[in-house]
Amino acid sequence: MEPFRSVRGGGARAWLAAAEASLLRNLVGQIMTLVEPEPRDQPKDPKDPKDPNGSAGQMTPLDDLAELEAMLHPPGAAQAPDDPVLARLLPDAYSDDPEAAGEFRKYTEPALRSAKYEVARQMLDTLPEAGGRIQLTKEQGLAWLKALNDVRLALGVRLGVTEDFEEQWGRLKPDDPQWAAYEVYAWLGAVQESLVQALA
Amino acid sequence: MTSAAPAEVDLPRSADNPVSDKPWVTIVWNDPVNLMSYVTYVFQHVFGYPKKKATKLMLDVHHKGKAVVAAGAREAMEHNVEVLHGYGLWATVRHDT
Repeated sequence: MEPFRSVRGGGARAWLAAAEASLLRNLVGQIMTLVEPEPRDQPKDPKDPKDPNGSAGQMTPLDDLAELEAMLHPPGAAQAPDDPVLARLLPDAYSDDPEAAGEFRKYTEPALRSAKYEVARQMLDTLPEAGGRIQLTKEQGLAWLKALNDVRLALGVRLGVTEDFEEQWGRLKPDDPQWAAYEVYAWLGAVQESLVQALA
Repeated sequence: MTSAAPAEVDLPRSADNPVSDKPWVTIVWNDPVNLMSYVTYVFQHVFGYPKKKATKLMLDVHHKGKAVVAAGAREAMEHNVEVLHGYGLWATVRHDT
């Protein structure tokens, strides 16, 4: 890889080997699967059974607007996810008020999941499958920063990374099954660091 | 995570907006994964803070475990938290009594 560098007029460019591009696509794809909103129950049939002829052309009574809004933006779960990776990607907004945290989550988690899915998709859209030259606008760079960060958070939680990451890695023998994951984690940090510097 | 008191920061204050009218705060917690440069960048980008202030806040988060990064109306603080979660920062809202 050639790390990210600034591009005149904003944005950043880099060069990735095919294996590196393939690794990034795989990891970002896993995040998309993780944050993809869970399929919810289909909304009820809006037709009124008492009115078999339908009410085409009539204004929707105002009472139904709240129901309509709930249909378009169904609230999500109030409970934090059990999976520690998801719990870190979608954290509680109140550390000392479980009730407020639950209410906030119900109405914001679906949008947060969509936002994370969207930046991951934007990253895949601008990441050539066979690797090679990558050129990003500032906006695309921002999507990469967020998506890369989500991958690092997920991997960091799975590995149980602490502030002493270098020491943790150093204690592993090269034949340890986690050694390669630590190497990937460190590499992702270097990629993200170069992109932050290029965009800052 | 430690229970260290939130770091003191210079919050925007004016006669029109005394602090007593702004009892809600946005807190960012330390995290072993997020890069220091990235957290600084996010504070600049999201709040429009100059680099010096963003760096000080990042260091407060890093060394003290958490820092108050904004204060204001509850809705505004909840919006901050939503945005910061989009960036992967660990942020919470608190009623600063």
